[in-house]
Amino acid sequence: MSVRVLVAKVGLDGHDRGIKVVARLLRDAGMEVVYTGLFQTPETVAAAAIQEDVDVVGLSMLSGAHMTLAPLVVHALREGGSDVPVVVGGIVPPGDLEELLSLGVAAVFRPGTSGEEIVEVINALVTPPR
Amino acid sequence: MAEESAFEEWRERYERAPIRPERFATMSGVPLAAVYGPPDAEFPGVYPYTRGVHASMYRSRLWTMRMFAGFGTALDTNERFREIIRSGGTGLSTAFDMPTLLGLDSDDPMSLGEVGRCGVAIDTLADVHDLFANIDLSSITTSMTINSPAAVMLALFVAHAESVGVPRHQLGGTLQNDILKEYQAQKEFIFPPRQSMRLVRDTIAFTAAEMPKWNSISVSGYHIREAGSTAAEELAFTLANGFAYVELARQAGLGVDDVAPRLSFFFNAHIDFFEEIAKYRAARRLWARWMKEHYGATDERSWQLRFHTQTAGVSLTAQQPEINIARTAIEALAGVLGGTQSLHTNSMDEALALPSEKAARIALRTQQIIAHETNVANVADPLGGSWFIEQLTDELASEAEVLFAHIAKMGEGSMLEGCIRGIEENWFQGRIADSAYELERSFNAGERIVVGVNDFTEGNDDDELATLRITDEDERKQLGRLEAVRRDRDDEAVHSALARLVTEAADPTINLMPALIAAASTFATIGEMMSALEGVFGRYVEVPTL
Repeated sequence: MSVRVLVAKVGLDGHDRGIKVVARLLRDAGMEVVYTGLFQTPETVAAAAIQEDVDVVGLSMLSGAHMTLAPLVVHALREGGSDVPVVVGGIVPPGDLEELLSLGVAAVFRPGTSGEEIVEVINALVTPPR
Repeated sequence: MAEESAFEEWRERYERAPIRPERFATMSGVPLAAVYGPPDAEFPGVYPYTRGVHASMYRSRLWTMRMFAGFGTALDTNERFREIIRSGGTGLSTAFDMPTLLGLDSDDPMSLGEVGRCGVAIDTLADVHDLFANIDLSSITTSMTINSPAAVMLALFVAHAESVGVPRHQLGGTLQNDILKEYQAQKEFIFPPRQSMRLVRDTIAFTAAEMPKWNSISVSGYHIREAGSTAAEELAFTLANGFAYVELARQAGLGVDDVAPRLSFFFNAHIDFFEEIAKYRAARRLWARWMKEHYGATDERSWQLRFHTQTAGVSLTAQQPEINIARTAIEALAGVLGGTQSLHTNSMDEALALPSEKAARIALRTQQIIAHETNVANVADPLGGSWFIEQLTDELASEAEVLFAHIAKMGEGSMLEGCIRGIEENWFQGRIADSAYELERSFNAGERIVVGVNDFTEGNDDDELATLRITDEDERKQLGRLEAVRRDRDDEAVHSALARLVTEAADPTINLMPALIAAASTFATIGEMMSALEGVFGRYVEVPTL
């Protein structure tokens, strides 16, 4: 069965070039991709992820609100009983990387990450370790 | 009698222009002419302005080095503004935070984490009083980068100026106010397109009647390009949007010459050097021809496309961020060789964070090197006449004409209708996403090289650049400020002003600016004014397409 990914824009950030390009690259790699559209809240993203029964949630964040909003998405998912990994792509300063990971984000893709690398990381996240 | 040649016309205009007191020669002493070309060539300052809107170009005045500022609370940004003025700045350019740009108050749940972050937080007239405290608005021009709530921000600005004794007719500045590209590219929309265009119409009509020094719209291709379009799409969609605003103004009973001179443009300077220069030249030629031949403009200021340029944020890399200085310098040079009227250069750290002060200073210094050391500003359109540049200019212009024809067809002859339907049918959004994907695919396939990303990556590991850190201190301060205003204002006055706004919004024949200025004066918040309008106009939800 193919990997299912929900890609989401949380908060007020309207930059949607990256999320659309990444969504198409994931589709090219054989994944099923659901896009939430703009201006979602952590709660609507978690609800959509649970309802769509996805394997991974990908957040695209370019306005500097990632430290506030990404952990809230993780929290909303866990509250809803879901343990799907959350990955973040966008403008994330190097100094924020460690903290984001410690707050429950599974991976961060900074600008310049290749499509291949994103696909690899997502596949590794959804494949249970043997 | 023979018609005056373009050269003669250029010479007359050049001789009337004030010229900077400088010796125009190469470093080794070879004298430089103001422009080069055979007598039968096109010349700058002469229709169709392919070579520049002014006969003397930068010999009269260098481009404006307009750097964007705004962060934290109004008090913080006011301090930065006064610093800019003390160091000789003559124009202010205001960046607003995301909640303000989306018409939300700082205490709205959706504003969490965004207050004062990407720009200054503005909620009420009290913030605007603080933002412009001790700044003489009758002598300085103010540019405000805001779109969906542009009419509300203009109302707040007028209310503030008049409360400190500066009448609206003395106010000079620019509102970005380009809502069409929001749906196409930047995605900071609130109301559906047709309702938003009513607000744009009201600002055009209001400023045409009462604010003679105000530029009503900065028609912006920058965001279209950043969202992934090609150069030809940026050119065509931006000019088509400009045509749409001219048609909108005509519907409101204004003449083309009442509105066109008050439109300015804003383009991207991407990394493909010659294509960008050709794009600016094609833009001037196309605009002049369409204004004169298609819309019947007779005032030459209507024909002249003036533009601001910003270097391409998307071209910058997080890897080896210092090399972004070189990218930005090359892009800025394209803007200057293409004849821009003003320029913003990006900072090297923009793929990492909001710019640090040092990175922003280096970006400004880059412009100063181009202006004062390279000697490129002393000859107008120095690449004009190059077989390559001239043909590329023609090719971009004809590619744009093909796209114009498609947009006009979508609108059954009307560019205004074509732009709106193209948005409603996701045509613009789809084209831009396709172009973005195609470019990314070519990077991933290794067909194009990005230094530090898919080649030349040695050194990527030592990229420790000090970046700006923003705390949530400003958010707390702004929430306190807003709470105090809500406590101290006359709620009854607020409610009746908002009720008037709702009534007038329901009648499309009424210009909403007076009701907005009245509401702003009661300290109604931006969020309150925008939701009053939303009650009548509704909210736009983009159909998510991939």
